[in-house]
Amino acid sequence: MSTRLATGGRLIVRTEPRRFTFNGQRLRGFAGDSLASALLANDVMLVGRSFKYHRPRGIVASGAEEPNALVNLGTGPRFEPNQRTTTTELFEGLTAQSQNHWPSLEFDIGAVNAQLARFLPAGFYYKMFIHPRPLWKYLYEPFIRQSAGLGRAPKDHDADRYEHLHAHFDSVIVGGGIAGLQAALCAAETGQRVMLIEQTPDWGGRAPVDGDRIDGQDAADWIAATIAKLSTRPNVTLRLRCVAVGVYDHGYFLACERLGDHLPGADLPRHRLWRIRCKTIVSATGAIERPLSFAGNDIPGVMLASAVRDYIVNFAVSPGDRVVVVTNNDDAYRTAIAVKRAGLDVPAIVDARPDGGGALMQQARQLGIRIETGKAVAQVRGGKRVSAVALCRQAGEGAVTETIPCDVVAMSGGWSPVVHLWSHCGGKLIWDEALACFSPDPTRPPTGADGRAFVTTAGAASGLLGCSEVLADATKVGIALGGATPGAMLTPNGSAVQTNPLLPVWIMPQGAAIRRRGKMWLDFQNDVKVSDVQLAAQEGYESVEHAKRYTTLGMATDQGKLSNINGLAVLSGALDAPIPQVGTTTFRPPYTPVTMGALAGEARGGIFQPLRATPIQQWHIDNGACFEPVGHWRRPYCYPKGAESHADAVKREINTTRNSLGLLDASTLGKILVKGPDAGRFLDMIYTNMMSPLGLGECRYGLMCGENGFLIDDGVVARLGGDTWLCHTTTGGADRIHAHMEEWLQTEWWDWQVYTANVTEQYAQIAVVGPNARRVLEKLGGLEVGKTNLPAMHWMEGRLADIPVRVFRISFSGELSFEIAAPAAQGRALWDMLLEAGAEFGVTPYGTEALHVMRAEKGFIMIGDETDGTVIPQDLGLGWAISKKKADFIGKRGQLRRHMTDPDRWKLVGLETPDGSVLPEGAYATAPGRNANGQRHTQGRVTSTYFSPTLNRGIALGLVLHGPDRIGETLEFPRLDGTIATARIVDPVFYDKQGAKQDV
Amino acid sequence: MLILTCPCCGIAADETELSPGGQAHITRAGPGADDAAFEGYLFLRTNPRGVHFERWRHSMGCGKWFHVARCTVTLEVFATYTAQTAAPPRQVVDEIIARRPDWQWESN
Amino acid sequence: MSDPVTPLKGARYDGFCQITEIGPRGMIALRGDLVALAGTLRAVAGLDMPCQRQVTAAGGNACAWMSPDEVLLMLPRPEVEGALAQLAAALQNLHHLAADVSDARALLRITGPLAREVLAKLTPADVSPAGLPVGELRRTRLAQVPAALRVIAEGEVEVICFRSVAQYVFDLLSMAARPGGEVTLFRA
Repeated sequence: MSTRLATGGRLIVRTEPRRFTFNGQRLRGFAGDSLASALLANDVMLVGRSFKYHRPRGIVASGAEEPNALVNLGTGPRFEPNQRTTTTELFEGLTAQSQNHWPSLEFDIGAVNAQLARFLPAGFYYKMFIHPRPLWKYLYEPFIRQSAGLGRAPKDHDADRYEHLHAHFDSVIVGGGIAGLQAALCAAETGQRVMLIEQTPDWGGRAPVDGDRIDGQDAADWIAATIAKLSTRPNVTLRLRCVAVGVYDHGYFLACERLGDHLPGADLPRHRLWRIRCKTIVSATGAIERPLSFAGNDIPGVMLASAVRDYIVNFAVSPGDRVVVVTNNDDAYRTAIAVKRAGLDVPAIVDARPDGGGALMQQARQLGIRIETGKAVAQVRGGKRVSAVALCRQAGEGAVTETIPCDVVAMSGGWSPVVHLWSHCGGKLIWDEALACFSPDPTRPPTGADGRAFVTTAGAASGLLGCSEVLADATKVGIALGGATPGAMLTPNGSAVQTNPLLPVWIMPQGAAIRRRGKMWLDFQNDVKVSDVQLAAQEGYESVEHAKRYTTLGMATDQGKLSNINGLAVLSGALDAPIPQVGTTTFRPPYTPVTMGALAGEARGGIFQPLRATPIQQWHIDNGACFEPVGHWRRPYCYPKGAESHADAVKREINTTRNSLGLLDASTLGKILVKGPDAGRFLDMIYTNMMSPLGLGECRYGLMCGENGFLIDDGVVARLGGDTWLCHTTTGGADRIHAHMEEWLQTEWWDWQVYTANVTEQYAQIAVVGPNARRVLEKLGGLEVGKTNLPAMHWMEGRLADIPVRVFRISFSGELSFEIAAPAAQGRALWDMLLEAGAEFGVTPYGTEALHVMRAEKGFIMIGDETDGTVIPQDLGLGWAISKKKADFIGKRGQLRRHMTDPDRWKLVGLETPDGSVLPEGAYATAPGRNANGQRHTQGRVTSTYFSPTLNRGIALGLVLHGPDRIGETLEFPRLDGTIATARIVDPVFYDKQGAKQDV
Repeated sequence: MLILTCPCCGIAADETELSPGGQAHITRAGPGADDAAFEGYLFLRTNPRGVHFERWRHSMGCGKWFHVARCTVTLEVFATYTAQTAAPPRQVVDEIIARRPDWQWESN
Repeated sequence: MSDPVTPLKGARYDGFCQITEIGPRGMIALRGDLVALAGTLRAVAGLDMPCQRQVTAAGGNACAWMSPDEVLLMLPRPEVEGALAQLAAALQNLHHLAADVSDARALLRITGPLAREVLAKLTPADVSPAGLPVGELRRTRLAQVPAALRVIAEGEVEVICFRSVAQYVFDLLSMAARPGGEVTLFRA
């Protein structure tokens, strides 16, 4: 059983106990524990179930590479699934629950899958769930959904806050082990602005655990001294609990700092996403130990040798009393020595190498440990925890020579540098024969904006495993960051140990039969075994990327940190191709999972996106407006009174406006000043019609198209002065059209003398609409707005009730209408005065729906309703607004293309149902016959459809084949429920065809 | 996530402060153009593996358009330069050739 | 004549920095050949034409470089009308554009020793003392909207944004200045 040792534990604080629960069981640990070490200290060996076969799973590793020990952490608004116990710091009151089992962790029905393993090989889902297709919806999909996912999805809103932080450094050094510390120290000495980050809560990495000595002192002392030096430097930023997320182009680097995970409930951002720009990223990310592939290597109690050592040295946790060490290299001997020194038993070290190791082997032997060279593990025995190992010869087929009872198997297949950050932006790897791993190829680094390398590696991440080599490499890298010559700074003197070469061992024993290979796990979380990869190769999945997807190797939440190299070595064996030729799968960010909260940062709740407000917004809110999004604006849709329905409110607003007086907050309309000697010429290019001849004081409606001829915006243009025009755009068009104008001016006609300014937000704009519109303006006083002084399609300026205004006599409703622009800071005051003055006329504010209905009653088009990016003005009966005289305008050539001049283009008409009902939105008119897919042919569609209170019936606009030539014909529009609506083609102007009402 | 230095305001701008504008140095085909010329202007773009000229706007900044010469493979930026030109200036071409000797400028 | 109303009516938040809406302030967007405009600027506002990204200030007026052909002239709001008239008169024969944009923008002030890091949480711009020196105007984005940033003095930052998003920007800055989020990234 695993237990807490009486002494030791460099990271725990025994005077600070911490209570926590696992599956409801109350347990105790210490400050400084990881959840994994605390679980082991309480003899919790079984922590979860694997994904596919629901096999019992225990803790394998001690860091970010852990594939098994994932738990549901926390409750309610702080609940989170798939949290790695090895990287979760223990805190008071932590609650954790195991995942992927039913009804309980100890007894899991899903484990029956393991009995069916023979029938669930690699590619099972692809083979099984492809035919017959109808079974997909009702049988296969529900089944797969039921089995998908490990942890539960959170149900509550996240209680925590998150933030981003943009930072700029010369270099970022990733990894707070001795390589990172030394590189940071050297870089800082050269004056570089440096950030050094470490993913765990402690500096130093593996060196203190491995017993390294630096400059004659314990590594831990050197680390403490180095941190003390770095902390005093103003050009160094240090962060613990800060994990690299990814390296992106041009020196963009993301790291996630965990501020609140270990202090739940504290008023802190939980995670801070560092968005860093730097010249160089130093990956001092160390190496990860590889498991060995022997039968039963997934039974709880089989752990990485380095993890066993970590738990003993760092946390004073014994994973078991009897630890058998299995290895192909010297490093695992350190574990045997650590176990022995902790007073525990090492029944044997099983070394696959015929000649065993170097100095460390001698040391182990001196401690009285039995060493078996040339041997292998034939099979691990046990169910929910290890009970024994059966040994055999590595060179043979697995005939058992001996069975050794034990609690833990500590395995080491060698070390793989963490090359993720090197690889994210395309750094290439080379196969290191000696270490049997992929290392960064320094001749093919990722390059930045200047064409130079911007990622470099130091220490174990470079493929250097000895303490002295690591420090020398880090010194060289650190100095080079500042552009100084290596050698200018003293390299600390790291301890060195004589070692024997590693023996690549990908299967143990090398001739294992299929019975055993089917029990050798590569990917512990996704249940991918040696036999699965071999099957994939046999079935033709020869590319490593294909084999990965076919078997799901490395596709679990740990992204194959333990399994990738072993998997591709097995694939290479099956294909009989050298490993470098098989290659690796692509390393992609994030290095470890990142919370959605950290990625979202501040963008949630009220500031999820910018919401734009007009100067009159507060009045709308205070008066119960119901809002609709128009771009980032929130415009009043209607203003329901009391229990009034929206439909009734819209009716009332339209009737009041048409009969007396309505007010519309039109502040969102785009307003762009265009000024200069060439402004008229420029506007004649921008608009399809002529704007240059517009007289001073006049307004004109205009259309804008893109170069392809399609309509992009419309609005009224006013001539403000000799060389000045004001262009109104749609609400959504202001920024887009201003950018469109600037693009043409800056990139095509840069020699034209024109300046533009987007003055949209400078003005509040209020439409005063209805038969009493003029009377209310006259009441406010200050302007002569009579028909002769201010005719339709003219504007004037002056003071209205002493507020400086421009009044445009333009109408989008068919009524007498004045649009009044006032400085935004006085917009609300004007609105209030208009309401007050309009009270005697029963004035109503009206919203966007009333606006839409009134314009549709008049047959006016709306950009975005009648247009969808495929409609030209000619389709909408707007040929009158296209100049025939102009040699050129944007879109003219586009409108001459064959498809644009096709007489069969659908054209704008009005549509009326015989019974006055409202046509469904977006409905298509069917035509006789069917197309190749069996769908009905179509001959038109509804673009706008409303109930018209003015006419007391449904009205619609639509685009119909030869529409204007077919007035009086009836079309059929199938509804979604299968019934059919019919409608007669009519003129698109439903109301006041002569325009008498606005011409007063 | 590119960083491009806006030649108009001198800011080394983050990609999120910029808006892309597609391939640069395309000659406008107006009303007199035949169908083939207009198709080329409106739709046809190069997709080179290597040196490429692009338009960008410093939209979250000074608002100006500028040109960028960069490598589509390595994202190396050879130069950023004025938008008020129909072809890359001589010194930009020279700079690219210095770093990519096999490349030469071909106008569209 | 009603008094001008700022979009947030002087709202204020006290976090580890203080966020305050300030203004109203007169603002004129002036476009043209900046060299040719320099004399007029001096005559009308008593200011030197700013160099790239710089702000010149004198006697309560200021002029900020916005782009190679645009500056933002800042002056007391009641003086805008007069200044526009003076500009129009002086620049009759010079191609230019001058527009009152006083109401189109909102002004916010961040005060406190950690003011720079409130910005750093929201903009990709380098807002370190070296990246954004006192006296420079940096046009960039704050989260999802454009903004102009100006460090008036250490511990005092002015933010200019569009009026319609004033509340959004105020809320962004307040969230970024919430106690507990101190970083102390920029050491003096």
